[in-house]
Amino acid sequence: MNAPAPETKTNAPAYDVARVRRDFPILARAVYGKPLVYLDNGASAQKPRAVIERMREFMERDYANIHRGVHYLSQRSTQLYDEARGTVARFLNAGPREIVFTRNATEAINLVAASYGGAFLAPGDEIVVSEMEHHANIVPWQLLGDRIGTRLRVVPVDGTGNLDLDAYAHLLGPKTKLVALTHCSNVLGTVNPAAEIVRIAHRHGVPVLLDGAQAAVHGRVDVKALDVDFYAVTGHKLYGPSGIGVLYAKAEHLKKMPPYQGGGDMIRNVSFAGTSYADPPERFEAGTPAIVEAIGLAAALDYIASLGQDAIAAHEQSLLRYATERLAAIPGLTIHGTAPEKAAIVSFSLEGAHAHDIGTIVDRAGVALRTGHHCAQPLHEKLGVAATARASFALYNTIEEVDALAASVRSVREIFA
Amino acid sequence: MSAADDLRDLYQEVILDHGKHPRNKRHPADANREAHGHNPLCGDQLTVYLTLDDRRTIRDVAFEGRGCAISTASASLMSEMLMGKTDTQAKALFDAFHALVTGEGDATLPPELEDEADRMQVLAGVRQFPMRVKCATLAWHTMNAALAGAGEATTE
Repeated sequence: MNAPAPETKTNAPAYDVARVRRDFPILARAVYGKPLVYLDNGASAQKPRAVIERMREFMERDYANIHRGVHYLSQRSTQLYDEARGTVARFLNAGPREIVFTRNATEAINLVAASYGGAFLAPGDEIVVSEMEHHANIVPWQLLGDRIGTRLRVVPVDGTGNLDLDAYAHLLGPKTKLVALTHCSNVLGTVNPAAEIVRIAHRHGVPVLLDGAQAAVHGRVDVKALDVDFYAVTGHKLYGPSGIGVLYAKAEHLKKMPPYQGGGDMIRNVSFAGTSYADPPERFEAGTPAIVEAIGLAAALDYIASLGQDAIAAHEQSLLRYATERLAAIPGLTIHGTAPEKAAIVSFSLEGAHAHDIGTIVDRAGVALRTGHHCAQPLHEKLGVAATARASFALYNTIEEVDALAASVRSVREIFA
Repeated sequence: MSAADDLRDLYQEVILDHGKHPRNKRHPADANREAHGHNPLCGDQLTVYLTLDDRRTIRDVAFEGRGCAISTASASLMSEMLMGKTDTQAKALFDAFHALVTGEGDATLPPELEDEADRMQVLAGVRQFPMRVKCATLAWHTMNAALAGAGEATTE
């Protein structure tokens, strides 16, 4: 990443959120005649003009299928797609051959479960997950278990929303063959100590998959420094288009993993007597991929780099501090997740008001929140609530929007007083 | 209609009251029909209990579960409306309620159910909130499943 290091930031201009907002056309619109206050970024983020324009320009000037034709546009399209892979690799500090494009983070995890899990795990082997996982990092392992007889072990979460690291270390044993944990909880906001998690697993010779769907948005991810084996990312939360995600996997793993899906583009040679497969990453990208979306994702990562990941993180942390303070001051409101290392995600419940009623009422004030179980039912079971409301902040949100959120939540209290 | 009017229409006093103090929220020992309903979208759960006599008249209606103000109020109001009705009348009320909150179809009720037709109007405001229709219909779908002996209902 070319983002400025924190020390040099003093000379850089202050983070100009008003200017940043002008980069996102949708933020200018109103809903129900009120300015849009978009705080559902944890579900999906809005798109800057740079992404929209890059995708449009690509389709207007350079589009063709990749890795197929010898004609001009096919070469051009292939070159831009490969460059997009390079941009993603630099974003994660990976090698380009270690980046597999998928549909989303969910597919990245399913790919590892089906390919790596199917080939290298055996009946009775254990996979360690945690109570704070998104369904995307639970169900693929259950499907694998149904298929080959692996078992899940679950790391508990403590009252503040931290992973119980002692329990984690104790769960690892001779039967453990994979650790699959979230890097950042989509409900609690907790940022898990990824490097330590990996270090502990590697002491037992166990590879680690991290679900980075949220973490990659809120701070730098360096897969080399983390020494993580697999890392899953989705494009649409990173201000890129939907339909594109990324699996990072160490080259040593990818080399020995069997294909995930079969089709064109993933083969070396096909005959009815037998087929040989392409090298990674193409081996895992059967069929025509999301070419336009991959290029859109690269544009999104370039945009993030232009603002600076450290500057974005600092801005989001100031929003988190202010939102925590404003919401905590509302009588009857409970914030779920108060870990010291936390991304700008605030889930809460309000005494006497169900999350869906909160969601409907604040919506009419223009405030978009996520309400429900956020695809993390086991965690909500643990929290003892059926549903929560969640405000998740992005690089374009403002202090004034936090005020609008707090005012609209107070109006919920008035209705249910 | 403004956003504030829509909200006032949805969260009327009657709804807030039934949401906060639901009627017939209990588990009758003599219930002979029950069904479990859930809304996979939000995780809301509810069980409806019916006590039918041998002339297929509903002698008791009750429910248990957790949900938002709309789904709780709807279950509470439903329990009051169905008390003493026959299963045929209950099905007619189900159809009328469904038509009311979705705005689809037209289910005219016979004269003897006019009071109930009036009472359910309090939930007509849900129509302005398409994402909340499932909250309002969960109890009714579950009741319908209990009558049919299906045991399970979902709003999906």
